[in-house]
Amino acid sequence: MSPQSASSEPVLQVEGLVKHFPVQRGFFQRTVGHVKAVDGVDLLLEPGKTLGLVGESGCGKSTVGRLVLKLLEPDRGRILYRGGDITGYDRSAMAALRREMQIIFQDPFGSLNPRMTVGQAIEEGLRALGMKRRPARTDRVRELLRLVGIDPSASDRYPHEFSGGQRQRVGVARALSVEPTLVVCDEPVSSLDVSIQAQIINLLEDLQARMALSYLFISHDLNVVGYISDAVAVMYLGHIMETAPADALFDDPRHPYTRALLAAVPVPDPDQRAERKPLGGDVPSPFNPPPGCKFQGRCPLVEDRCREQEIAFYEAGPGHRVRCWKVMNG
Amino acid sequence: MSEPLLSVQDLHVHFRGRRNVARAVEGVSYEVREGETVCIVGESGCGKTVSALSILGILPVPPAEIPEGRILFQGKDLLRMDPETLRGIRGNRLSMVFQEPMTSLNPVFKIGDQLREAVLAHRPMEEKALEERCVSLLRDVGISSSAERLQDYPHQLSGGQRQRVMIAMALACDPALVIADEPTTALDVTIQVQILNLFRDLQREKGLSLLYITHDLGVVAQIADRIYVMYAGIIAEQGTARQIFHEPRHPYTMGLLASLPSRMRRGASLHNVPGAVPDPAQKPPGCPFHPRCPAAEASCTRGLPGLCDWGEDHLARCPVTCADPDKEVWP
Repeated sequence: MSPQSASSEPVLQVEGLVKHFPVQRGFFQRTVGHVKAVDGVDLLLEPGKTLGLVGESGCGKSTVGRLVLKLLEPDRGRILYRGGDITGYDRSAMAALRREMQIIFQDPFGSLNPRMTVGQAIEEGLRALGMKRRPARTDRVRELLRLVGIDPSASDRYPHEFSGGQRQRVGVARALSVEPTLVVCDEPVSSLDVSIQAQIINLLEDLQARMALSYLFISHDLNVVGYISDAVAVMYLGHIMETAPADALFDDPRHPYTRALLAAVPVPDPDQRAERKPLGGDVPSPFNPPPGCKFQGRCPLVEDRCREQEIAFYEAGPGHRVRCWKVMNG
Repeated sequence: MSEPLLSVQDLHVHFRGRRNVARAVEGVSYEVREGETVCIVGESGCGKTVSALSILGILPVPPAEIPEGRILFQGKDLLRMDPETLRGIRGNRLSMVFQEPMTSLNPVFKIGDQLREAVLAHRPMEEKALEERCVSLLRDVGISSSAERLQDYPHQLSGGQRQRVMIAMALACDPALVIADEPTTALDVTIQVQILNLFRDLQREKGLSLLYITHDLGVVAQIADRIYVMYAGIIAEQGTARQIFHEPRHPYTMGLLASLPSRMRRGASLHNVPGAVPDPAQKPPGCPFHPRCPAAEASCTRGLPGLCDWGEDHLARCPVTCADPDKEVWP
């Protein structure tokens, strides 16, 4: 294998990432078990690309986003940022990297300080970055607002004066203020109306092309993920079930969970009304999950082996990995 | 044809603030016929929920007021009914399922207690019959080992299960019409399919009519017989599911459909409907969509446009597409 050139080196590589949260009960706060939020996750994000991380509530996808940025400390596993291992970095070591790794949150209402004007909110990051001269910062704020499609004269207004979509634009401007390489987008359009959602998605795509950004795009919405992603990882109960280039995942899903998830998405066409056989049951609790395949409780193909042993990944094609032995062996 | 089960006629709902009046609903009319699924679709703040709450008479008055309109349910005007009679209909022939299964159930009472209350409100019956009724209601909504579940508290159930319980309560007295306001929005997509299938089965078995309120066009396409598209307090367009999705005639409907992301649209830029929904207290004059509409003409700012008839009950409130059916609204 030839050594990779610096430009094609993955922006982000995650190997065997684990995060368990202890659950404590009773007077002595005895640990009675663990919520296995993230239980051995591998991810690969190429430069300038978008990796969609998709799953239902409680699957651990947001925890992965926070672990990647070291907002949470992983229990095990490795996080490589542009080839360098940042797993052991402490706060001060991470501080230097912060400008390269940013996050956009779901809730444009909760993630902006209501007592700060949006100009101040964006400026804060610039100051933390060491941009000392005030006029330079003000110029940059105006430039950023223009970049995300907000009139720069609005920089002295407060968040409540903006609509949800505009606030999300401010969130984008703030994340981009430090010219990052990697942006974790945690459900950035989930709380927005359809027409506004399209505006923000277009904005994210446009900025990606202009600034060579790499996105880890976390979402429960398969339509959005399918639209925006180059590669997709499907998560269930702390595990990656299937990961593939987006075309392969949508055209040739292999894992029973991926298939069920795709089949469950309502198609916006009345001529494609499927008599959809739904997946039974609920997403089980990640508190002390069963051994073996995490999907065993709802899987139509389940067999004894699925309950007895951990399931390894199988290669289904180039870059296409599936954590199910059944679909690989027919 | 027989008269519709529900007929909302020229409904206006205003919210009076200290300084201004928010006109949340401005002259909305829609109908639900026997056995039909009617969807009201629109973005947040379009007035879809407010119009539904006024059907049930559960809007807080004041600040809300209903200066005009009629709401005929089985031929009787709910707005001019005395509270006693209305109570006899609400939860009985007419019931509602809300969005949040997490907060709509009382956390300190068992599922069984809450279900019994819903039944007894309109159908006094003996202990034994009541118990059987509750068990069968839960079974109807697909809750297994239903007798045991009656002993559970809401927090012991998952979100999907709680929504099933809410539906069971809505069905407690064999309603003719169920109003469902975003009943699956808080649920995961695999659970959403279960709930949508449940509504469909209940409808087939019980001949129920459903008024389904949502912002999710995917869900609408899957379940609706007829659709009303609302925008800023008015009905922008109405028609059958196929008319709305395949031959949209209002620029807003067209814009909404074109802004849906999907795998198929990968690589192509999504349509941008510029701007945002207007503040209900400061609506633009004329067609409320004109500031965002690429096809807007000077006449669009003068008075609310009338409904243009596209045949077979397909109506759109746009004079521009009405005059020029082949107009390319979104370039």
